[in-house]
Amino acid sequence: MLSMSDKTEPKQNQAYQTFAKQSEPSIPIVFNCVKAFLIGGALCTFGQGIRSLFIHNFDFNEQTAGDPTIAVLIFLSVLLTGLGVYDKIAQFAGAGTAVPVTGFANSMASAAMEYRTEGLVLGVGANMFKLAGSVIVFGTVAAFIIALIKTIWIQVTGGSL
Amino acid sequence: MMYVWAFIVGGIICVIGQILMDAAKLTPAHTMTVLVVSGAVLDGIGLYEPLVDFAGAGATVPITSFGNSLVHGAMAEAEQNGIIGVITGIFEVTSAGISAAVIFSFAAALLFKPKG
Repeated sequence: MLSMSDKTEPKQNQAYQTFAKQSEPSIPIVFNCVKAFLIGGALCTFGQGIRSLFIHNFDFNEQTAGDPTIAVLIFLSVLLTGLGVYDKIAQFAGAGTAVPVTGFANSMASAAMEYRTEGLVLGVGANMFKLAGSVIVFGTVAAFIIALIKTIWIQVTGGSL
Repeated sequence: MMYVWAFIVGGIICVIGQILMDAAKLTPAHTMTVLVVSGAVLDGIGLYEPLVDFAGAGATVPITSFGNSLVHGAMAEAEQNGIIGVITGIFEVTSAGISAAVIFSFAAALLFKPKG
């Protein structure tokens, strides 16, 4: 029995693999990259505009302007997600809207809205970080390890490389 | 000039994300995770801060800056309070981003109905 399935399965598998590959839609990688570059770049330029606004019109400097800028971008992203606009742009832009921090906020807002019907605690509360959670978990773990190594390194060597 | 560099650098980071999704066939969640960890590593070896000085929002708006900020907060507290500061400081800088995202998303869930 084993020998029979050994003979037929790889063949069927192979046939299926080639069939699946043929019918798989080919991804226009170059076109997608151009879209991601233009829209991601535009979003960052817009962010730069908000950043300059905070630096010149409010009491922020180059170091502290990052936080309010990101908060404004997140607010706009959540608003556009609520109105159903962000996902329409995201379908076209791919990584151009996913990679900026607005994509992070979008994933949280859409998860929160989607699970609203399951209740505030079990729905909104439990599912908000469904997609964004991996970013926070891996970011935190990586940052912890890196900061720990760096701190120990500085304490042992006195800060010199 | 800052606007031009913000556009170019931000665009390039998004292209890297797009390539990870299309060519390396990673899911969006995997792509974001890779980018965040990359940002943390780049800050660990001292390369992310020069990029922020150079490209402004081009470096702070993409999700890579989240990893950078986590390491930054941890290091700032660690310099003052020693090793325990790594734990206490890790969310120091990212607090604004995470709080804003949670608060606004919660409000959105109350106010809006999902579309499509």
